[in-house]
Amino acid sequence: MKPIVSTDVAVLGAGPAGLAAAVSAAETGAAVVLVDAGAQPGGQFWRHRPETVVPEPDGRGHHGWKSYLDLRARFDAARHQGLITYLPGLQVWMAQQNQPTQADDAGFTLRTTPTVAVAASGAGVGAQAIVARRLVLCPGGYDRQLPVPGWDLPGVMAAGGIQAFIKANGILPGKRFVIAGTGPFLLPVAANIAEAGGKVLAVLESSSPTAWLPHLRAAAGVPEKALEGAQYAAVFARHRIPYRTRSIVTEVLGSRILGMDRVSGVRTAKVDVEGSARPGTERIYEDVDVVGFGWGFTPQMELPLSFGIETRIDADGSLVGVVDERQESSVPGLYLAGEVTGVGGATLAVLEGTAAGTAAAGGAVVPEKTAARHRRFAEAMHGAHPVPAAWQDWLSPETTVCRCEEVTAGQIMEARESLGAHDARTLKSFIRAGMGWCQSRVCGFASACLGAGPGVSPTAESLSGIAKRPLAAPVGIGELAALDADDH
Amino acid sequence: MNQGSDVLVIGAGVIGAATAYFAARQGLSVTVIDKGLPASGTSSACEGNILVSDKELGPELELTRYSLGVWHGDLGDHKRLWEFESKGGIIVASRESSLASLNRVMAVQTGYGVAVEELDQDALREAEPHISHEALGGASYSEDCQVQPMLVAAHLVRLATEAGARFLADTPVTGFLRSSNRVTGVKTPRGDFSADAVVNCTGTWAGELAALAGVSVPVLPRRGFVVVTEPLPPMVHHKVYAAEYIDNVGSSDGGLQASPVVEGTPSGTILIGSTRERVGFDRTVSTNALSLLARNATALFPFLEHVKAIRHYHGFRPYCPDHLPVIGHDERAPGLWHAAGHEGAGIGLSAGTGKLLAQALVGQAPDLDLSPFAPARFGELSTGEPARHSSSHHPASPQSAEHQSAEPREEASA
Repeated sequence: MKPIVSTDVAVLGAGPAGLAAAVSAAETGAAVVLVDAGAQPGGQFWRHRPETVVPEPDGRGHHGWKSYLDLRARFDAARHQGLITYLPGLQVWMAQQNQPTQADDAGFTLRTTPTVAVAASGAGVGAQAIVARRLVLCPGGYDRQLPVPGWDLPGVMAAGGIQAFIKANGILPGKRFVIAGTGPFLLPVAANIAEAGGKVLAVLESSSPTAWLPHLRAAAGVPEKALEGAQYAAVFARHRIPYRTRSIVTEVLGSRILGMDRVSGVRTAKVDVEGSARPGTERIYEDVDVVGFGWGFTPQMELPLSFGIETRIDADGSLVGVVDERQESSVPGLYLAGEVTGVGGATLAVLEGTAAGTAAAGGAVVPEKTAARHRRFAEAMHGAHPVPAAWQDWLSPETTVCRCEEVTAGQIMEARESLGAHDARTLKSFIRAGMGWCQSRVCGFASACLGAGPGVSPTAESLSGIAKRPLAAPVGIGELAALDADDH
Repeated sequence: MNQGSDVLVIGAGVIGAATAYFAARQGLSVTVIDKGLPASGTSSACEGNILVSDKELGPELELTRYSLGVWHGDLGDHKRLWEFESKGGIIVASRESSLASLNRVMAVQTGYGVAVEELDQDALREAEPHISHEALGGASYSEDCQVQPMLVAAHLVRLATEAGARFLADTPVTGFLRSSNRVTGVKTPRGDFSADAVVNCTGTWAGELAALAGVSVPVLPRRGFVVVTEPLPPMVHHKVYAAEYIDNVGSSDGGLQASPVVEGTPSGTILIGSTRERVGFDRTVSTNALSLLARNATALFPFLEHVKAIRHYHGFRPYCPDHLPVIGHDERAPGLWHAAGHEGAGIGLSAGTGKLLAQALVGQAPDLDLSPFAPARFGELSTGEPARHSSSHHPASPQSAEHQSAEPREEASA
């Protein structure tokens, strides 16, 4: 028999949105269960060294650390009072709406399994089923990746992966870095590397500063972002980090080191406004051991989608959930906050989490002007930092797109042209693109774009087809077998 | 767009694709339309089985054997396109009583020409080294094979278009064109399509489509779940079933049942099937179904207990009350043809179905008598709920029609 925890409000995720939701729901008077895959609160954004090693992190390299400390203090207080039950180290592999009973509205069940790290350490709680009257999903997002020749070499990381590595370990994953992609997120990644003693050879931004011109009003609405920008400019100047706009990595170069291929350099080029490489602008960076790519973020939609919620395509081309001003989705009692309602950064996530937690606990939500300003800023940012329209031209037919199943760009184009595989789901079933361990998390966006064809944006249906994951996390066959027969 | 053709095929699953392919090869002008993309229904949610081992003696076994000949013959040159794999099936008995039943079944099947070989405990362990120690013996069916069904549909559509057929995706049928009681084409949001023959290859949705033409073809969905594991080195070499169901053939209710089927795939994943439930088109995930599959699979292969599942999928088998497909001209609505309702055996039966139907469409006598599959067997009028499955369990059949194991499969095989 599996332990079952019952509660008023279950919150998934202990990042900015989830922490804010849990704290707000508890302070509104609800009994709260906070379930999170991490071993300690903070999520990706406020990931920090293990508290067992560094009990009082100073927040260096973090933004909004004051906000974290405030939420964390309220979280600890609510836990102390027994208002929040905290279940770290658990991944939800399935979320379901319960069958309605005559007595009450149905509520939700989350089924969990220990994360690999926690299971291996022998610490943490065992698998639990969580039954809650209201559910707040704050699963966050992860780096959106675009394939480029050589991107599957060891030493290529997601920009966010480098950031997480530094925050969690306090050390660098290499010595000499090139960071490329688009968006303001590249700046803190490069700054953190430099501050931690790494050499950043260049930051390559595919867009250009003039792309912000039509959005100046929106940018002016959030002055603290300008301040952040100034801070990064200072760090860049101090460490002499070249920031090259309208520039891309056209190929990651590798060499055999100790019998293993790994990153040794990058070939770069200047691009036009569409993202096509301009002839004669090629340049090579040598002695590179880590390349970090960041093309924005992909919200983790599998759990929201498993409830069949209404979705939309956001300004950055991501599939996100539709919510009202109380953060409630089209499924009554199901609230969403953070990146799954539109990638907008931590400040917005905290505001949304606060609204969602308060509403889920039955409290009154006052519409936030600040949130609206941050949403406008996010939209402007997405507008100024699009995925380059011509990115598919960077690929050669041999470029691997799906790394788990080793499917190349050529195979995808062939399936599109000769077999009519125009969406990511069909590509998945015809040639296994996105069918492996990561279940399309890494290549899904690229594969959807390649199915749609050059310069065409993938449809919501195509993106939804790859974001649906009937198991939201791997789960042991033994664990499935042990589910109670009448436990449904 | 209103272009006439000899044949209009509705549905680009394996059945429609095979029908279009063979019709085009017969020299007919063919148009194929689908409400989505090729293989977007049950063909993409099954296991891609071409099985002899599980067939009812009678018309179904005849059609199976004929179809197997087409896979190896007419379509033999294309095997590589759809990852055709002659992997063979093994039925495993873990109880004395089921071993006795299995032996009885093998004797009868041998009489009907099915290639089946008895496996004692040692032979079984040699064939499947990781099988449970509880396993007492088994039967090996060398004719059982497997394909990647989505690739079958996609390539047959492509080959049909190369032979002159035309394919239109995203073209749902909204009604039929009639000339008195004759069906002369279909209406779609993309315009009307007229044809001398309109073939309903819409699988689980065939009943709905037939109703638009005012005829009853009682095809209903039976849901099946399949669990897929993480990729592993080769651990399961055949399609492995448990024989215990033979003792339970009497059970034919609509509730949750599972016939354990475990098989490895070339991609390294292991497929664990499969449940069957009559719950309409309900897509709600059932933890009961997942749990039952997991228990059954670990009973056959105990090592699976420590393996991770990375996903699951479900599909809807199109079944008729008498568990025979509907293939042929519908005299009740002249001009309308059907090829649907193959339940869990549609992938395997598609090749034969397509070839036989194409012969009938050009007025030849089909190689195999299609009268047992005639649509008119369901009577004149549309009815509601068909008879609650109470079919002919052949006493010596290894599986009642209840056990149709060509189930949801999303994996590439071969």
